[in-house]
Amino acid sequence: MKMKLIATALAAVVTAAPAMAELVFPSLSYRTGPYAAGGIPFADGYADYFTLLNERDGGIGGEKLEVPECETAYNTEKGVECYESTKDLGSLVYQPLSTGITYQLIPKVTADGIPMLTSGLGRTSAKNGAVFPWVFNFPANYWDGASVAVKHILDQEGGDISGKTIALVYHNSAYGKEPIRTLEELAKKHGYDLTLLPVDHPGQEQKSQWLQVRREKPDYVIMWGWGVMNQVAIQEAVNIRFPMDKFIGIWWSGSENDVKPAGEGAHGYKALTFHNLGDDYPLYDDLKTHVFDKGLAAGAGDQHGTAIYNRGLYAAMLVAEAAKTAQEIHGTSQITPAMMRDGMEALEMTEEKMVALGLPKFGPEFTVSCENHGGNGFAAIGQWDASAGEWKLITDYMQSDQEIIQPLIEADSMAYAEESNITPACN
Amino acid sequence: MFYREAGDFKTSYAEDNQTFPIRFDRYRYYAVLVAAFAVVPFVINDYWVNAVFLPFLIYSIAAIGLNILVGYCGQVSLGTGGFMAVGAYACYKLMTAFPEVNILFHVVLAGGVTAIVGVLFGLPSLRIKGFYLAVATLAAQFFLVWLFNRVPWFYNYSASGQISAPERTIFGVPVTGAETAPWAAYLFCLVFTVVCALIARNLTRGMAGRKWMAIRDMDIAAEIIGVNPLRAKLSAFAVSSFFVGIAGALFFAVYLGAVEVGEAFGINKSFLVLFMVIIGGLGSIFGSFAGAAFLVLLPVLLKNTLVSGLGWPTDLAAHLEFMIVGGLIIVFLIAEPHGLAQLWRVAKEKLRLWPFPH
Repeated sequence: MKMKLIATALAAVVTAAPAMAELVFPSLSYRTGPYAAGGIPFADGYADYFTLLNERDGGIGGEKLEVPECETAYNTEKGVECYESTKDLGSLVYQPLSTGITYQLIPKVTADGIPMLTSGLGRTSAKNGAVFPWVFNFPANYWDGASVAVKHILDQEGGDISGKTIALVYHNSAYGKEPIRTLEELAKKHGYDLTLLPVDHPGQEQKSQWLQVRREKPDYVIMWGWGVMNQVAIQEAVNIRFPMDKFIGIWWSGSENDVKPAGEGAHGYKALTFHNLGDDYPLYDDLKTHVFDKGLAAGAGDQHGTAIYNRGLYAAMLVAEAAKTAQEIHGTSQITPAMMRDGMEALEMTEEKMVALGLPKFGPEFTVSCENHGGNGFAAIGQWDASAGEWKLITDYMQSDQEIIQPLIEADSMAYAEESNITPACN
Repeated sequence: MFYREAGDFKTSYAEDNQTFPIRFDRYRYYAVLVAAFAVVPFVINDYWVNAVFLPFLIYSIAAIGLNILVGYCGQVSLGTGGFMAVGAYACYKLMTAFPEVNILFHVVLAGGVTAIVGVLFGLPSLRIKGFYLAVATLAAQFFLVWLFNRVPWFYNYSASGQISAPERTIFGVPVTGAETAPWAAYLFCLVFTVVCALIARNLTRGMAGRKWMAIRDMDIAAEIIGVNPLRAKLSAFAVSSFFVGIAGALFFAVYLGAVEVGEAFGINKSFLVLFMVIIGGLGSIFGSFAGAAFLVLLPVLLKNTLVSGLGWPTDLAAHLEFMIVGGLIIVFLIAEPHGLAQLWRVAKEKLRLWPFPH
C-alpha cells in the first residue's frame, strides 16, 4: 500500500506534462493558516467564475478552462513549490494573492515568460510595464489606496488637514510597508503628521499599538492589515472607543469576516475598495443557475456575495477578458502564456463590456498599455452597516493623486531596473 | 552477508577510525556521492530542485549546525531562525557591496559573520543552562528579527523591506537570480552541504567534539578534567552559528531569491530546525540529514499524494498533512526517543548479525 502511494506520488510529479487541450489558470490559494479568512472567499470566487464560464459558455473561445488549486498557506516556501509544480501545466497567468510570494515570483515569471496579475497588491512599481513586462497590477495598487484614503480624509475635513495626525497601523512586512512612502510624500503636500504603528505577523497581539493610539489620539487611523490581524485591530479599536468613521482600512481589511466579530461596535468602519460590493448583479443569477444550484460551487459555498468573494470573481473576470483579448489578437483559441501577456497588455475594460458580462458598474473603466500596467488608480470608500450586516459604498470612485504617485513609481521601477540590469523598453 | 567487518582488515590507526568502517557501508557512501554529483544534476528539473533538493540540502546544513550546539554540546538554542537571518542579511549586504567578489566567498563570509553574532549571543550560556538558556536564545531570535525589520541599512533602504538576491555567477554560470539553471543551484548547495558535513564530522570526532560532549554530559566534571567551559561552549556556538549562517545565506540567495525577515526567519523556523535535530537524532550527523529529509520531504510527498494523486481538496490535504506529520513525529519519538539516527544504528547492528542473530 505504502509503495503504491509513493508510486502514485512519483507518477503525479513525473507526469506533470503540459495538458494542451485546456486553458490553465492556476490558483495559488490559501485555505489554511492565519490568512485563510481572506484566502478562502477569494479562492472560491476565482474558481466559481471559471466554473461558470465552463458550464455556461463552454469555456473561453471554445476552450475549456482548468483551475488547478495549490495551497500556499501564505507561506513563501510553499508558494515556490506551488509555482514550480503548476508552471509546466501550461499555466497562463498567476495571481498569488500574497505580496511576499509576488516579490518572489517577479524574477521567476520574467525568466519563464508567464504573466502575473496582482490586482490591488504586490509590487506597486510594477505599474511601469517598460521595466516589468510580465507583471500587471490593474486596476489599482497600494499607493492608489493610500492616496484615495487621504483624499477621503480631506473631503471629511473640508479640504484642510494640516496639523492633523494620521496613524498607519500596518502588517510589518513588505505588504504593510508599501504605502509608507506615499503617505510620507502626501504628508509633505498636505501638512499632516504621520505615525507608524507596525504589527508583527500574524497580528494577534496589538494591545501596545492600540494603547499608543489611545494615548496619542490621532485624528484618523489607516490600516494595512490582512487575515486575523484585521479582526483583532477592529476589536481593539472598538475597545478603546476609537470613532469608527475615522478608521479606514485598505481593501484587504474590508471584508465581512473582519467586522463581524466586533458586532455592533464595528458599525461605521470604513474600507477602500476597487470594485463594487454585494450580490445584486445579473452575474449572480447566472452563477446561481449554472454553478450554485448544480452543486459545483467551490469550497463550502458560504462566501457568495462577500467583499473578497466578489474580488475573486473580479480577478477571474479580468484574466478571462484578457484571455479573450489575446485570442482575438492572435486569432487562435489555443493561447500561450506569451499571447496571454499580449492580451493583458491590450486589455480594455469598458462599461459596455461589464454590462454584457452581467456586472454593470462593478469596477472602474481602464485601458492597459505597456507604459501603464496598473490602470488609472480609481478606488471608492465602503462603510460597514452593522445593523444591515452589509458594506455600502459611500463615495464615488476617486482617482488617486497621480502627481505624487507617478514620480514614485518611476523612481522605484528605475531603481529595480538598475539593480537587475533591465533596459526599460516599450515596443 | 556483505555487511560485516570480517575480512576487512585494518592495518593503520586512520583506517581503524574511519567514518564507515564496514566496506559495504563505505562503497554505499561513495555510490551516494557519485549519484549526487554525477547523476542527479542531469535528471532534475525546476520542480525537483526547488521543491525537494534545495530545501533538503539547506535545512540539512542548518540541522548539522544546530546539532553541534544542541546534540554535541548540550546547549539548547531557539535562535536558529535569527541566526539564519544574520547569514542571509550578511550575504545580501556583501553581495550588494562587493558585486565583483565571487558569491562563494560571500556565503562563507556570511557564515563567519553569523559565527561572531552567535558567540555574542552564546555568552549567557556561561552562566545559565537548560531551559533558561533556551529563553535567552529566544531573545536573540526576536531581537535579530526586530533588528532586520527596524534598521533600513540592512535592506538597503528598499521601500518594502524585502531583500532580493541579484544574479551572481561562478565560472560564468549563474547560481543566484531567476536565470539559474536547476543543476547549477543544486550543485552549488550540494558542495556546501558535503563540505559542511565533512567538517562537522571531523570536528565532532576530534578534540573539539570530545570537549563539547564532555560539557554536554556533565559540565562540572568536564571542567575538573581540564576542559575550559568558556572555550568549549563559545566554540560550539561559533561553529554552530557558522553552519546555520551558511544555511541562511543559501536559503535566501539560492533557494528563495527574495525574503522578508519576519516571514522567512521567524520563530517557526527555529522550531522547525530544532524538531529536525530532535527527530533525526541528537548528536549525529546522519541524524541531521534524516531529520531534514523527514520534515522537508514528507509534506511535499503527502501533498503530491493527496492532491495530485488522489485529487482531494487542497485545504483538506493541508490539514491532513499537519495531522499525519504530527502523528508520525509522535510515533517515531515513542518508538525511538533517540531519533531516526538510532533506528538506523539499530538496523545496522541487526544487519551485521543477519542471518544468524544468535
